This record gives sequence, C-alpha cells and structure tokens, in this order.
Amino acid sequence: MKEQTFTITADTGVHARPATLLVNKAGQYESDVEVSYNGKSVNLKSIMGVMSLGIPKGAEISVTATGGDEEDAINGVSEVIKEHLGE
Amino acid sequence: MAMVRTKDLLENFNLTLVAGKDGIHREIITSDISRPGIEMTGYFKYYPKERLQLIGKTEMAYFLDLTFQEQKDRVEKLCTDITPGIVVTRGMDIPEVMIDAANESAVPILRSPRKTTRVISRLTNFLEARYAPFTAIHGVLVDIYGVGVLITGQSGVGKSETALELVKRGHRLVADDSVEIRQEDYDTLIGNSPPLIEHLLEIRGLGIINVMTLFGAGAVRSYKKISMIINLEIWDQKKQYDRLGLDEDTMKIMDVHVPKSTIPVRPGRNLAVIIEVAAMNFRLKRMGVNAAEEFSERLTTMIEQEKDDME
Repeated sequence: MKEQTFTITADTGVHARPATLLVNKAGQYESDVEVSYNGKSVNLKSIMGVMSLGIPKGAEISVTATGGDEEDAINGVSEVIKEHLGE
Repeated sequence: MAMVRTKDLLENFNLTLVAGKDGIHREIITSDISRPGIEMTGYFKYYPKERLQLIGKTEMAYFLDLTFQEQKDRVEKLCTDITPGIVVTRGMDIPEVMIDAANESAVPILRSPRKTTRVISRLTNFLEARYAPFTAIHGVLVDIYGVGVLITGQSGVGKSETALELVKRGHRLVADDSVEIRQEDYDTLIGNSPPLIEHLLEIRGLGIINVMTLFGAGAVRSYKKISMIINLEIWDQKKQYDRLGLDEDTMKIMDVHVPKSTIPVRPGRNLAVIIEVAAMNFRLKRMGVNAAEEFSERLTTMIEQEKDDME
C-alpha cells in the first residue's frame, strides 16, 4: 500500500470540475484508490463519493493506493492534485 | 430542392385564376414577395420583377385613379417575362386593362378573398418552407415526451433497436436511418422521413417492419422539431465521458446549434431508458430546473461551511 498526504490550496476546494479530473485519473489504474478527509474514507474512482466529502481550501487529505500499479496511481493522482488543487 | 411553380399556389391556397393561364407553369425562384406600390407611380428602376407581386387595397385604389394611358403603361411594365404572378387580395375586381396585359404576356393573375396581410404571411410561410435550407442526416428521429430527439451513431451501434424499444414504451417514431432536415427561421430544425421509408424500421435479423401497422397510428409522427441529439458510440475505455452534466455540448446542423450528449454503449446498458431520461431532463432544464447546477451550488455551500468550521 502506498500513501501520500496533500494540502488543498485551491480557493473553491475540491469542487465538481477538479473532482471529475481526479476521478477520471484514478479510474485509469487497476489499484484501489481511496481518499480520506476528516476521518471519512471514500473510493477515489467514485465521483459522487469524492464530492460528498465537501473538501474545502486548507484541508489535509490523504490518498492511498493498493494494488499492482499503486506506485503509478499515487504519482498520477499526485500530478492532478498539484496541477489543479494544491500541494 | 423542389421547384415551386405558380400552379402550386393555386393548389395550396384558396386562389382563383383570373387571367394569364398560359403562365401557370412559371417558376417562383424566391420566397420574397413584392408589393408594387412605388411602381404604380411609374418608378420601375428597382422593380423586383422575379418576385411574386401582391396588389392590395392601397395599390389597387391608386391604380384606379390613374389615367387609362398610365394604367396601360404600369401593367405592361409589371407583367415582365419572368414575373411568376400577380396576386390580388380582398376579392377585388380586376380592371380589364390588367387582364388584357396579363393574358398577352402570360403572367397569371390570382385572386384571393382574404386580407392582404394574411395573404402575405401565408404565402411567405409556404414559400419559406419550400425554400428552407435542407440536409439529410444518418440517424433516427423519435418524439419522446414531446421532445424531438435525434439519435446518431455509427452503423450497427443500435439506433434502430433503441428506437424500437422507445416505440414499445409509448414514444413516437418520426424517421429511421435517414432523417431529412430543413431549417426554418434561424433557429429551428424540422426533421421528417423520406416518403419512401416513412413509418418503417429496419431491425437486423427481422428485416423491415412497419411501425404504424404494428403499433398503431399513435406510434408515429410525420415531422418533428429537433431539440436534442443523442450520439451513441461504442464504449471507449480511454475516453472521458461527461460525469456531471454541467457543460452542454452542441452539434451544428446548418446554422443551428443543437444540444448534444454522447452516450457510451455497453452490453447491459438500457439505452432506451437512458435516452428517455435524457429527454425528460432536457425538458426539466428548459423549465428552469438544472440538477447538476443545483448540486454544484450545494457543494459550494458545503465547502464554504467546512472552511468556516476549520478557521
């Protein structure tokens, strides 16, 4: 299992459009990818799940990936987050 | 494009042929109509002679006030060799001099019992429809809850099968396989079936079936305004499909942009239900209820609240 923590810096938080980008990226990998925020953990491949967390600016989220391509999955998701959401 | 001749007007409207019957095969080349008021005064410099001419009460009253010599001169100039016809409204009597000139130059004079403005608008509508820009598209047109949905997609993707399922669910088939589309005004597309294949559906393995005889007159319509396009395509793993419905994609047919959704096809997906819901959702959006936008606003509120809680 691979895990990485990010801080959201985008003003709108994880809103609908960035969430779509995230979910589409996660969907490209075979590994199970999950995101947790505030003690709740959801599948990063499910758009309604991700949006239901209501992640605001300044939040700390952690992404975990488990499976054959977990390394790639974390890197891929990390790229999207760094480009659109935070660090 | 079908040609319009003066005799088509006789067949479609309540008009009587008064004179110039040798000219009823003349072609009407434009949907514009001219009211030769200024020409009656003798000014023919910009006379649009190729148009249908319409003489109302005012023009006729002025004409009758002219001297006989002037009258003769005006009607001779009005009746050119390409003028498709002269329509006289309000059932007015037509002076001998006009009839003689029309007979001589074979320009048909048609009389209508109706008022000038009504005649203009009806003739314009008729001619505009005949001269409307026209195209044909490979697809299926179905009326779903009153929304004209054009289903497009490659051959074999399941357009006709989906149409059959929609008809079975109580919706109406307009055209299968080839949809003839004409543009009315600047923003309206009307689709209909080519006459030869009207009411017919081709289903692989069954052949040609007649939807009207099988399902009844309620299962078909002859034409329908096209409000949205559903594009079916085989599910592509690498392609990103719309997840939110916040953005409206469009497709341009002639000058009109029509909202378009792309729906990926995969075994086990019930396309008829999805398309039915797409049509209902389209109606709902036009009535001002947009689920995706409402959700987006709710999400904004929630994120704001979370942020406040954190600070």
